[in-house]
Amino acid sequence: MTIIATQALTKTYGGGVTALADLTVAVDAGVIGLVGANGAGKSTFIKIMLGLIAPSSGSVRVFDLDPVVQTDQVRARVGYMPENDCLPQDVSASEFVTHLGRMSGLPRTAARERASEALRHVGLYEERYRQIGGYSTGMKQRVKLAQALVHDPDLLLLDEPTNGLDPAGRDAMLALVHRIGTEFGISVVVCSHLLGEVERICDSLIAIEGGRLLRADRISSMTEAFEVLAVEVSDGTDELAAALTQAGMTVTRDGRLLLVPMDSDATYDRILRAVTDLDLSLHRLDQRRHRVAELFTAKETVDV
Amino acid sequence: MSDTGVIHDIGYQRYEGVRLGRGASFLALYIHGLRAAFGFGRSAKAKIFPWLVAGIMLLVAVILAAVRSQLDQVIFTYVEYDDQMSWLVIFFVAILAPELLSRDIRSGTLPLYFSRPLRAADYVGAKFAAMVTAVWLLLGVPQLIMFLGAAFTTKTGASGVWNEFLDLAPGWGYSLLWALLFSSIGLLVASLTGKRAFAAGGIVAVFLITTPVVGVLSILTSTTANHLAGLASPMTLIAGVGNWISGGDSEMSMPIGRFGPVYAIEAVCLIAACLLLLLARYRKVAAL
Repeated sequence: MTIIATQALTKTYGGGVTALADLTVAVDAGVIGLVGANGAGKSTFIKIMLGLIAPSSGSVRVFDLDPVVQTDQVRARVGYMPENDCLPQDVSASEFVTHLGRMSGLPRTAARERASEALRHVGLYEERYRQIGGYSTGMKQRVKLAQALVHDPDLLLLDEPTNGLDPAGRDAMLALVHRIGTEFGISVVVCSHLLGEVERICDSLIAIEGGRLLRADRISSMTEAFEVLAVEVSDGTDELAAALTQAGMTVTRDGRLLLVPMDSDATYDRILRAVTDLDLSLHRLDQRRHRVAELFTAKETVDV
Repeated sequence: MSDTGVIHDIGYQRYEGVRLGRGASFLALYIHGLRAAFGFGRSAKAKIFPWLVAGIMLLVAVILAAVRSQLDQVIFTYVEYDDQMSWLVIFFVAILAPELLSRDIRSGTLPLYFSRPLRAADYVGAKFAAMVTAVWLLLGVPQLIMFLGAAFTTKTGASGVWNEFLDLAPGWGYSLLWALLFSSIGLLVASLTGKRAFAAGGIVAVFLITTPVVGVLSILTSTTANHLAGLASPMTLIAGVGNWISGGDSEMSMPIGRFGPVYAIEAVCLIAACLLLLLARYRKVAAL
């Protein structure tokens, strides 16, 4: 099911700054990574989807609704987690999320129940009765996520959810986002400038640069052809390369490494056999997935 | 093995209940603001100031009511009570307006509001309504106490109570005028900054700076200038309108001559202008 569809979406701010140019994508439900450098137009795209700003030209449909005209319906089904700090210091998380639940149109008791549910799902239990001012950055990010979840949206728009978190916090947040996307049945758009981070949890990726679409596709189709094995031997790299080529494999050299595309698990055995036949000492043999980043850079250079 | 004591993760539950419209959000935001005005749902620290002001105002009202009932003397009428309490009301406004608006700017909460069905006009409207109600209650409740003091000791029975009520009603109306004007000015100033102290200082400054202007104008030789002097400051502006409506140039009140309608027009325009500016400001904020 397509949840977000844009047609030649363009946004030009006053003063001639183009934030989005001719963006055409159709995105299926699931966890979607929206990747681009700072200033690539990610936040503008999110704001257009929320109906906060109108596109200069082109169209956008969210759940087949037009955010410009049917703003209320769209916003009722979408939860938004902004990038910046957006929490008051002197109220408890529980009160704050309840209040925002009511702002989303939940009745009072329902708002309170949903608020504690949402906070529980993001991993805040007893802490939720304490004032937000005393929370760590990780807890604050969780509150921000909880407020986006409180009204049970069908789509979450998360703007840099891992901002300011330490590596462990990042992993926890990404795992949570992944869980929301898979177990809760809520589609998630995760904005990030770190591709390596979102590619782990996303079903599909949209990469934009300078407001233009670089590529939009499902992660699986982006990576499947790019499973490679990296082989490193102490010396005799050239002999090994020759032997492998002779065995019918395409070998690329990358410094001291040999990269061999992996067709099946048998590739491991064939490489090992070649190494033992030549009586070389094997330093390393590991599977590496091409980072999606490399795909984009490759695509870019082709374009240029 | 027994299952008691085991907490089951029931997983994520979708919400199937009713979803109310923007009207309900408006109402919720209004009540939220009104509660915040008196520190409900906030820390004990937040309750001190509003209740200090309210306490003083109630105390004065109780004293007035006691004097009225025991000695049968009217120290302040309902309208004069508002004028006498003006500085307390200004301090209340100076604390409350930043509490309602600057706080949201400071903590960056606005994007969270405006990514929900709420619009800029709803937000401004709910905050304004909450503040007007709070200021009106601050003045209206003491006036009610004064009324009760007078009504229970009246010597002319039901007609005495009714006459007293006819005095109270314009007093309440006058309080509403105070609430409308002071709320609109206070909120406009507060919407310009996220720093609460600056906003509070700014609001007090608006009233402090304009007061001497009135003083200067009112000692000029021209009678017209004297009569129009009150227009320069919000406090004397309201006093002038009250004067015009009540129709009397008593010794206590502002001399306004025949310029009563000018005062009324300026008051209405000032309130409308402040609200429109607020709205324009939040239109821009809502678009981020």
